Parts: sequence; structure tokens; C-alpha cells
Amino acid sequence: MTSQAFLKTLLSSAYDLVPIFLVIGFFQLAILQQPIPNLLEMLLGSLFVLLGLTFFVQGLEMGLFPIGESLAYAFARKGSLVWLLLFSFALGFGTTIAEPALIAVANEAAKVAADGHVIEATTEARAEYAFGLRLTVALSVGFAIVVGVLRIVRGWPVQYLIIGGYVGVIVMTMFAPPEIVGIAYDTGGVTTSTITVPLVTALGIGLASSIRGRNPMVDGFGLIAFASLTPMIFVMAYGMLG
Amino acid sequence: MMTDLLQVLWITVWDVLPIAGIIFGFQVLVLRRPILHLRRVLLGFFLVLLGLGFFLQGLEMALFPLGKLMAQQLTSANFIGGGGEGSSTTQSLDWDAYFWVYIFAFAIGFATTIAEPALLAVALKAHQVSGGAIGVWGLRNAVALGVAIGIALGTYRIVSGTPLHWYIISGYVVVVIQTLFAPRMIIALAYDSGGVTTSTVTVPLVAALGLGLASTIPGRNPVFDGFGLIAFASLFPIMSVMAYAQFSAWWAKPS
Repeated sequence: MTSQAFLKTLLSSAYDLVPIFLVIGFFQLAILQQPIPNLLEMLLGSLFVLLGLTFFVQGLEMGLFPIGESLAYAFARKGSLVWLLLFSFALGFGTTIAEPALIAVANEAAKVAADGHVIEATTEARAEYAFGLRLTVALSVGFAIVVGVLRIVRGWPVQYLIIGGYVGVIVMTMFAPPEIVGIAYDTGGVTTSTITVPLVTALGIGLASSIRGRNPMVDGFGLIAFASLTPMIFVMAYGMLG
Repeated sequence: MMTDLLQVLWITVWDVLPIAGIIFGFQVLVLRRPILHLRRVLLGFFLVLLGLGFFLQGLEMALFPLGKLMAQQLTSANFIGGGGEGSSTTQSLDWDAYFWVYIFAFAIGFATTIAEPALLAVALKAHQVSGGAIGVWGLRNAVALGVAIGIALGTYRIVSGTPLHWYIISGYVVVVIQTLFAPRMIIALAYDSGGVTTSTVTVPLVAALGLGLASTIPGRNPVFDGFGLIAFASLFPIMSVMAYAQFSAWWAKPS
């Protein structure tokens, strides 16, 4: 990484962070009319945020994007759909099962379920419920990436699958127990972590550009959309069965 | 503070480890070919890890405490009661007493989305793949505007107490209609934009806003209403990105 490229990324990261500092500063000083507390820690934290974003973007271009694309090319050259789908499932499942945000939501959900007498109020029952929920979400994301990759390979239009998913969410919302609905909607958001998104995007685009007849712009995107839709349906189903 | 940073880095390692394991496992066992520029890729992974660790820890130090406190203060009965004309009870306040809450919701939705690293990654790729037709800033502004409108409308929904599913179902209907008319190349990208916005920066601040608002107004359920805002934040960018593409296509057309 050259120092010039680093400086350029640093500068553009600074631009990205200007709005959030402006908003927080404006509301604190002008509307709430209070001083900024812990100014030193604020400044140090801001420096961390700036450096962190810069490193992240550099690492994206060097590591995550190239590996996602080269894997897609390698699978396309190998020509085995089964291995490609197995890999897609492993990627979706593996990135989700250990996701810290999901572990937090699952534990919270187990607490809600125990309070609502859905499960017994023992530590064991709660751990079992939380693990079942994590497994459900991870399976659903694995399933989503498999369907999404199959769609890219076959060239199915994305909108039919997504709209079908919407209908699924609405129908499930009507039948699922109310206390699981909020959790289900939330798991859709936590599955797409900051590391998964670039990797999965690069994989989709790599596949769409290496298969003849596919356009990377039309066919390459859409994997993230599936990965945030299926967990809602699967988790509501888990709530109905549990 | 250093131990905090190390802890955040440790969590990020756990986030990356399974991904790295799966990639290298398949590469060695199934594809059986060496990774091109292995050292560069490994350095890239290390930078992503380090970057995310610093980013999260920095947010925790600089922005989240103040932002969350701000969300609580702006939604507290004191601030809202003081802003209205003379009335001191929250029950009798009109929806427009929450003027600053809507403005804050809009502004914080926009600003956190611009700072979202996952969205930046998708925008960089879209710019590259579209041959420059989709600008990095154009897309991010469109998504951020969508989140801003979504969160502002979502706070209005909590204040007015109208049912969440009416908004979500009509949102879906609008998305379906737009899909029929939007340029084909934008559709998948627009759907993806809905998923990337609900990530590292946006969720904690928006959830704090929803929670604060729901606990100030009587008869609201904090857990359910907090989640509702996130649903808005992932629905509206889909509309705004398709609208952005439709507008660009219309603008570029020689009349």
C-alpha cells in the first residue's frame, strides 16, 4: 500500500464521517445547548474511527474483494454446481453461526421466551432455545446464499424471488406468535455483517461475470437481499414450532 | 481503554475466523489451487480486521454514548414538554410537538448511513461494475436519503401510534410497482441496499431513538417499536435507489 493511496483513502474516509459529527455536534450545542463531555476521549475516538475506516477500505481492495472474485472464477472454471452450492451454503452458515450480534439477539430472545413462559425458566432451557434460534438463522442464511447463487447461475429474475419472499414474510407475520415477530424482523438486519457484505457481493459479481450470458450489474447483486429476507421467515417458523 | 480495544479486536477475530476457514478450506481441499497474491490477500484480511476493530472501538468512545444520550434527551418528556406551548403532560401533546425529534431522526439516519462501511463496499463495487454509470456518492446519497425518510416516518409512526404492518405492506406495494418501471440493471442493487443499511453504525443509534421515544409516550411497547424503526430503515432505501435510477435515466434521455 503506497502512502499516497493511504492518504487518499484517509481523506475520503474523513469526508464520510463529516455528516455524523456535524449532526451530533449541532444537536448537542444548538438544540440541547449542552457542552461536549469528555472532549479528549471524543477526539481520540474520532481518530480511531477515521483510521479504522481507512484500514478497512484498504483491506477490502486488497483482501476481501479479490478473494471473493477469484473464488467465483475458480468455481466457474471447475464447472461443478454441487461444489459451488456446498461452498455457498458453508459461507452463509459459517459467517452467521458465530456472528456476535446474532448471539446477543438470540440470548435476548431466550430471555423474552422464558419470561413469557414459552420455555422453562432454567439456564439449560434458555441456552437450548438460544442455540436453536442461532442454528435456525444460520441455516436460513446458508439457504439464502444457495438460492441466490443458483439464481445467478440460472439467470432467474431477482424480483420474482424477492416478491415471493415478501409475501412469505407477510403471511408468516399473520400466523406467528406476536412475541417472535419483533425478533424475527431484527435477525434480518444482524445477519448481514460488515465483513460478509463485501465478500458475498464480490462472489456474486465474480460469478455473474464469469458465466456467459450473465450481466454482472443485472445478475451479480441480490445475494444480500436474500440473506436479510429468509431469516425473518425461518425465525417465525421456529417460533410457531417451538 | 486498551483492554476495550483488544476485546473489540477479539470479537472481530471471531467474526473473521469462520470465513477465513471456509475460504481456505475450499481453496485447498476442493479447488486445489494456490491463492493468487496470497501475502497481499492475508495483509488485506489483517487490515480489514484491524480497521473494523478500531472503527467499532472509536464509535463506542466518541459517538455512541453521546448519540444515545441525545436520543434519550430529545425524546424525554422534559424537552418535548418545554418545546410545546405551555402544556406539561405528554398525553395531550400533538404530533407536531415532536418537531425536533423528526429532524434529528432524519439527520441521524442520513449521517449514519453515509458512514456505514458495508454500504461503501457495495457502492465501490457498483461503481466499478456499472463502468462508472452509478456514482459512488450518487448511490450512497440515494440510500442515505431513503434511510433518513424512513426513520423520520418511523418516528412519526411511533408518535401517532398507527400500526406498523400498514406502513410495511404499503411500502412493499410501492416497491413492487417501482420494480415494474425501474431500469433492469438497478433492481438487484436496490434490493441489496435495503440489507446493507442496517449495520454497524445505524442500528445502535436508531434503536436508542426508538427505545427512548417508545418509553416516553404512554402505551407504546419499547421492544416492538424499537425494532419497527429498523424495518423502516431497510425498506425505504429500496424505493429511493430505484427512484434515483429512474430519475437518472429520465435526466440522461435527450428530450
